Amino acid sequence: MPQADNASLTVSIWRGGQDGNFETYSVPNRQNQTVLDVVTHVQRHIDPTLSYRFACRVGMCGSCGMTVNGRPRWTCRTHVSKVAKDGKLQIAPLSNLPVIKDLAADMQPFFEKWQKAGGVFEPSKSRAEPVEPIRPNEPQRIAADEGIECINCGVCYAGCDTVRWNDDYLGPAALNRAWTLMNDRRDSAQKPRLAAVAANGGCHACHTHQSCQEYCPQSLNPTGSISLLKRLATKAYLKGELKP
Amino acid sequence: MNVRLYIWQRGTAALMAPLVLIHLAVMFYATRQGLTAHDILGRTRGSIAWAMFYGTFVVAAAIHASIGIRNILVEWLPVRDRAAAFLSSGLGILLILLGARAVFAVVFA
Repeated sequence: MPQADNASLTVSIWRGGQDGNFETYSVPNRQNQTVLDVVTHVQRHIDPTLSYRFACRVGMCGSCGMTVNGRPRWTCRTHVSKVAKDGKLQIAPLSNLPVIKDLAADMQPFFEKWQKAGGVFEPSKSRAEPVEPIRPNEPQRIAADEGIECINCGVCYAGCDTVRWNDDYLGPAALNRAWTLMNDRRDSAQKPRLAAVAANGGCHACHTHQSCQEYCPQSLNPTGSISLLKRLATKAYLKGELKP
Repeated sequence: MNVRLYIWQRGTAALMAPLVLIHLAVMFYATRQGLTAHDILGRTRGSIAWAMFYGTFVVAAAIHASIGIRNILVEWLPVRDRAAAFLSSGLGILLILLGARAVFAVVFA
């Protein structure tokens, strides 16, 4: 692979657990390399004990989220040339999550909140019944389409101020998922889901900072989904259908 | 923050928006006309309208502020929901008492 003009990159990588520190490595500066390529180079050629997480390398699986120069990003689709400052990169695990080791953050709280927000589809029919057709031009389907391409990378969760401040806050990804399911008429858990997202730590805790929208690698707008959940929950509460 | 607190906070904000504008207009009027404290008290004493206006203002402000403080406590201090609710309710009661005292002073005293 051809090398870029500056022969090497200075890369600071978080090593250790929650109380770890940054260690600096020199990595060849190649054209068109991604941040994930840089991390892979360090593990394969400099220090095989470096831990990090990835799977698909093409922006589909959501495994490789890391903090790059202070900003949460999907590293497999982030070109070094776009984010390096003066030939320097600082790579850390995703924020707002416990650190397992090095660049691997513990995603358990993220997925626990995803479930707490009612993120699991609850079918209303058995598999013996025919599949219910949903036309692409139905208003609810169009509303769900806005948020359905989430890959659960955790980038929005890591970049959210409210998640950092409020331990109970469910976070943008979980609430975005809940909003897509509230628009799925095949789902049978609409009422408990709305109660879950309207409780303390739910959609009403969002400050509408829109960091999730800014950082989402899929260009989704979880803030928009959350504001529509707020409206849905508020209407239900005023009608007496919801008791927080 | 849950849906009930959200509605109370947004509702009191909507209620206070016109009250704040009227309050500001009254302040400008009083200073521009050079009204003395005696003149102002002459207009407010015994006035049920001013008592209702500032009484509503005090209650709305106390509810709105205590919910906001509750959120700030939860987000910025290591306190849980129950402790934050207790502290912010205390603040709300204090604001109502202080406000009611002020309203009483200009209307009934």
